[in-house]
Amino acid sequence: MLAHPDLTTLIFGRLTLDQLPLHEPIVVGTFIVVALGALALLGAVTYFRLWGYLWREWFTSIDHKKIGVMYIILALVMLLRGFSDAIMMRAQQAISFGHSTGYLPPFHYDQIFTAHGVIMIFFVAMPFVTGLMNFVMPLQIGARDVAFPFLNNFSLWMTISGAVLVMISLFVGEFARTGWLAYPPLSDIVASPDAGVDYYIWALQIAGVGTLLSGVNLLTTIIKMRAPGMTLMRMPIFSWTALCTNVLIVAAFPVLTAALALLALDRYAGTNFFTTMLGGNAMMYVNLIWIWGHPEVYILVLPAFGVFSEVTATFCRKRLFGYASMVYATVVITVLSYLVWLHHFFTMGSGASVNSFFGITTMIISIPTGAKIFNWLFTMYRGRIHFEVPMMWTVAFMITFVIGGMTGVMLAIPPADFSLHNSLFLIAHFHNVIIGGVLFGMFAGVNYWFPKAFGFRLDPFWGKCAFWFWVIGFYFAFMPLYVLGFMGVTRRLSHFDNPDLQKWFVIAAFGAFLILLGILSMLMQFYVSFRDREKLRDVTGDPWDARTLEWSTSSPPPKYNFAFTPLINDNDAWWQMKQHRYQRPSQGYLPIHMPKNTGAGIIMAGFATVFGFAMIWYMWPLAIIAFVALLTTAIAHTFNYERDYYIPVDEVARVEAARTELLASHV
Amino acid sequence: MTADNGASKALSFHVEGEHHVPNGTLLGFWIYLMSDCLIFACLFAAYGVLGHEYAGGPRASEVLELPIVAVNTTLLLLSSITYGFAVLEMQANRKGMMMMWLAITGLLGAGFIGLELKEFAHLISIGAGPQRSAFLSSFFTLVGTHGLHVTSGLIWLVTLMVQVGKKGLIPANKRRLMCLSMFWHFLDLIWVGVFSFVYLMGVLS
Repeated sequence: MLAHPDLTTLIFGRLTLDQLPLHEPIVVGTFIVVALGALALLGAVTYFRLWGYLWREWFTSIDHKKIGVMYIILALVMLLRGFSDAIMMRAQQAISFGHSTGYLPPFHYDQIFTAHGVIMIFFVAMPFVTGLMNFVMPLQIGARDVAFPFLNNFSLWMTISGAVLVMISLFVGEFARTGWLAYPPLSDIVASPDAGVDYYIWALQIAGVGTLLSGVNLLTTIIKMRAPGMTLMRMPIFSWTALCTNVLIVAAFPVLTAALALLALDRYAGTNFFTTMLGGNAMMYVNLIWIWGHPEVYILVLPAFGVFSEVTATFCRKRLFGYASMVYATVVITVLSYLVWLHHFFTMGSGASVNSFFGITTMIISIPTGAKIFNWLFTMYRGRIHFEVPMMWTVAFMITFVIGGMTGVMLAIPPADFSLHNSLFLIAHFHNVIIGGVLFGMFAGVNYWFPKAFGFRLDPFWGKCAFWFWVIGFYFAFMPLYVLGFMGVTRRLSHFDNPDLQKWFVIAAFGAFLILLGILSMLMQFYVSFRDREKLRDVTGDPWDARTLEWSTSSPPPKYNFAFTPLINDNDAWWQMKQHRYQRPSQGYLPIHMPKNTGAGIIMAGFATVFGFAMIWYMWPLAIIAFVALLTTAIAHTFNYERDYYIPVDEVARVEAARTELLASHV
Repeated sequence: MTADNGASKALSFHVEGEHHVPNGTLLGFWIYLMSDCLIFACLFAAYGVLGHEYAGGPRASEVLELPIVAVNTTLLLLSSITYGFAVLEMQANRKGMMMMWLAITGLLGAGFIGLELKEFAHLISIGAGPQRSAFLSSFFTLVGTHGLHVTSGLIWLVTLMVQVGKKGLIPANKRRLMCLSMFWHFLDLIWVGVFSFVYLMGVLS
């Protein structure tokens, strides 16, 4: 190898054995645990001969329901990783005072806070939201699949590909040390010459392709594939929020793609977009990234609002209060989300009038959001509230999100922001709305729709344990940060000199520990529910006595969702069917046209992963090979014209008859 | 509960027989194009911010040559017209004529790319490469991204010609031809923006 140093560089680029973090015991320990876990998993899959099953029924599946489930599994796995980062930071900050420097060197600590932010937003919140929309929305609008089923599978695997790159960075090289938005000039090649920022760029670009295509896909699905009679104003609120979220995805993610591409050009090709010399302008990056970044928070929270709307109406046994105002509030938020991005950098010198404009638009957003809160409250008012787990998350959300919203309005006042910006007050605020809004919403959604996806309910005892640990843990973890923020403590510090602050960090660390118990309870909930699945079985398909169309099918729904396309006469379509004692037809079935599974998506995403890895490490020949392979597979796939098949009538009849029998035996 | 007026009207809750879902490909592709348009919007914005940051290097009026761009623009605009003819032939189901117009479109597009590469090579040879200044970075990126799009359009065009050759003008292929048509005209439109905003205004400055 030494005789041909150039050949080595050509093949391996700048990747050398030194890049493996063998000198960092924490990383080595993590690697051993992850490797053992992975080996055990792979071994189990091989032992139980599940590879064929997984490949045929899941990895290559273009069924929107399975793709939705896989997105959510990705989100849960990455939640564990993102939370490990969180609790490491909390532990470090709780002990790193005075002479103690804690257990994390700054080099490592900076990677952790960056990875935490990137993972939680892009690989936990996004897959959660996309997964839920994928699973629920087509069922809610009475469709048999999404508009582009293959593209859906490809989007999933591109998202996973991005997550894989972030995970690789833990053990090969390092991740960015720039914070989750990688502002230049810190992220340019002079200040960050190592591979960290390149991992960041390629992971997000590859996952971004998936996100954008899935946005196009779901948007087209909602516009084109609603069941007859479902006008837009009869569409369930969750589907409305999905519509608005996907509009935002299509209109915001290209900006992220462009901003990251320009940053990549600066790093790879030596251009001068954001450099400090030759006319570059780093503020342009900050503007572009937040023109994506602010709509992004609404991309995440709107579907959560949709979940709360469905859950509140279902568990209060009432029609949702103020349906039309809910729709308009959602649309207004969608539009306004583009007019506020500058509030993320009031302190960067745009001047008083610009700051006032963006301060006011920011405050205006709280009006439609407040209208939504009142709608949920009025739905609950004089309703028969059933405090099942999803409803408990909803109530916790309303309280928590209102607090987070109010601290947000405080930050929207430019003079206040001048003293609070970049402080732990800000950290507390956005965790307050993202955990209290998005995560609580997703947990409510998982508990609510789990029986639909798997045919049995989640165990309520462990669900309630998870709920209480999470909610109480959240307040313990983040309320102290508001206090510290007022004291002027800034974010992203790994060491403190003032011992007076320590007690607050210890309280916050205790909160993180409670959240850990919450996460363990969730895992326990999945295990116990699986173990007791016969006891928790949902035979009716409608375990909550719910109102929207997805509950009219069996749990889990058949491949084709609906044997007959439903006809919609009301907002709460399924509720109305129940009121009219609608009987499912038992004959007159037709063959059902369905898309075929394909392996092209996972193969293409595999090449994309190799391409990204090669680009990160400057392995140019490999990058070219992977890119050509990706392109060739994509073109080859377009030569496949036999993409669909018919489910024969007797199979439909058999599935439907089995359901009729099951329903009759459990009246 | 007493009147039960809903039931008396005997609402129907499912579609008897087959329900045809409208095909969403053209709409979906159009939405994708709008997202692509936003990428160009960002690049235009970057050019708007950085287009006068010469950093002591060459100015726009010194390096941009209108004659070569005039030819270039003509080629691309003509290629849009010839693609339009191809679509007319497609609608009349005349495969041979359609293939001929597609081939001409491809040649015009390739000519456009060739001239653009020649212009880029010239700029780099006189020391006006993308690294020289923020102006040149944003110029190369905006024009180059458009060029990359045209190149992928060409690859797509060739692929589609092979597919039409193999399968004929079946509905799936017609749909694909319509998507490429939108893509091609979209690139033309972007080029009109590039031509006016970058070249004409650059030479004027």
